[in-house]
Amino acid sequence: MENALKITNLKKTYDNDFQALKGIDLEVKQGDFFALLGANGAGKSTTIGIICSLVNKTAGRVEVFGYDLDTQREEVQEHIGLVPQEFNFNIWEPVIEIVVNQAGYYGIDRKTATQRAEELLKHLDLWDKRNGKAQELSGGMKRRLMIARALIHKPKLLILDEPTAGVDIEIRRSMWDFLKNLNAAGTTIILTTHYLEEAESMCNNIAIINKGEVVESTSMKELLSRLQVETFVLDLKEPLDQVPNDCELSIQIRDPYTIEVELDKSRSLNYLFEILSKYHIRASSMRNKTNRLEELFVKLVKTDNDSLAEKDVSDLDTPAQSGETA
Amino acid sequence: MTNTEKLTAFKTILYKEVMRFLRIWVQTLVPPAITMTLYFVIFGNLIGSQIGDLDGFKYIEYIIPGLIMMSVITNSYSNVVSTFFTAKMFGHIQEMIVSPVPNHIILLGYIGGGMARGLMVGLIVTLVSLFFSSLHIEHPLITIAIVTLTSMLFSIAGLINAIYAKSFDDITIIPTFVLTPLTYLGGVFYSINMLSDFWQSVSLANPVLYMVNGFRYGILGVSDINPYASFSLLVVFIIGLYSFAYYLLKKGVGIRS
Repeated sequence: MENALKITNLKKTYDNDFQALKGIDLEVKQGDFFALLGANGAGKSTTIGIICSLVNKTAGRVEVFGYDLDTQREEVQEHIGLVPQEFNFNIWEPVIEIVVNQAGYYGIDRKTATQRAEELLKHLDLWDKRNGKAQELSGGMKRRLMIARALIHKPKLLILDEPTAGVDIEIRRSMWDFLKNLNAAGTTIILTTHYLEEAESMCNNIAIINKGEVVESTSMKELLSRLQVETFVLDLKEPLDQVPNDCELSIQIRDPYTIEVELDKSRSLNYLFEILSKYHIRASSMRNKTNRLEELFVKLVKTDNDSLAEKDVSDLDTPAQSGETA
Repeated sequence: MTNTEKLTAFKTILYKEVMRFLRIWVQTLVPPAITMTLYFVIFGNLIGSQIGDLDGFKYIEYIIPGLIMMSVITNSYSNVVSTFFTAKMFGHIQEMIVSPVPNHIILLGYIGGGMARGLMVGLIVTLVSLFFSSLHIEHPLITIAIVTLTSMLFSIAGLINAIYAKSFDDITIIPTFVLTPLTYLGGVFYSINMLSDFWQSVSLANPVLYMVNGFRYGILGVSDINPYASFSLLVVFIIGLYSFAYYLLKKGVGIRS
């Protein structure tokens, strides 16, 4: 399958000699929903900036659907839609003008642009606000406006730089649905986010950048499979004040009625309940803790920071033996 | 992009720019009308009546072309410098940078916006001047050509200022300390023949003098400067500054990291 994006040995050194990217390689397949993760200052936004022509690269090559950024910039730009991290529209302009004008920059005539803007704004629940100034929109609406603006020219590659930052959970979930549908319809999506459950639930493949280097690039499934333990959250029928001394499980008490239990993947759930029964711990409900990717992310970044990049991730996934666990 | 798409992109930028200054017409169109009315009243009527004729014209008739030109220069420049700098500051310049719109089109769009405001204000000031004096245009084509080229030149200059500007102070320094003195000393209110030889020579180094006099020649048929010199200077400056602005934009100075 053709690559939507191929980055080879991309480097960026800013004027103040800060080396933001130290030669990263990345491939995103057409139709993929790809997560690009990294801590603040890791190099995500610089990478996106270079792809979108907002930042000049120092070295390396960027290709979008086979078009070279250096020699075919126009073609590259025609295929990309960007939802940046910061609100960057003119807040004094009417909502519909922002979207229609953006289409104009891609050479789309005003009539067609207005029709498309109507479709998008209705879809993103902004149609009623179309004649109001953008400054009157709430934070969630502003985010959706940026998505509408990025999609007006029907890009084949949509890049979202933390699109749900500061958005309440209800709107975030509706945006997830919107993006999933968009991806299902064929748009390749690259997502950066600090909500790791967002990346976990939506993305098929993932790359993690740390200090200007790609420390991991694989499928989400493969990455998550490296977890050797799974963490369950249990609500208890009776309070538990202290973890039994000789308990075979790693248990953390969140509060007297809630515990977190780590279970080795080789063990079955029956084993978990056997042990809990043995200590007369009775659960009323149980759920998966949803921060699996977060655990891996922290470990990968930490590993790299500790100069242990070569170490196999699975080595690190033994249950934590902190003072809070038995 | 095809040529049709480029034209659409140009029209979009121009439309956006025109709508911007029309949205805030109280800030952009009304003040120059009021200021120039005061100039006409004070310098034209009150003081002008004491001065007598210049080059065979009443003083108020003599200064009208200069005052129109002054408002065109100021407004063309300030429109582009403020809109482009604001777009940089608040990031909406990125809307264009991420799109395939060529740099020439971005340049022409912003220049077109500056010219639209400059010429619109020029027209308003011209209409205001009719309350104080009759206006007979001696050479209409020269008048239109000079005012259009001047507006274009100062729109480009405003854009270059905005590209380099890093704060709001930076967009007021050039208009305050360079543009205003050059305009006031550019023969708006006097003929350089009234000056000593030394100051006449110094005045000839002021490019605004050529524009004001070229415009005055178009309207009144009198000028301190050969109108061909005015045209030549304008064309050379426009080509030079346009090329420079294009280079800055292509390199991403002040726009790309």
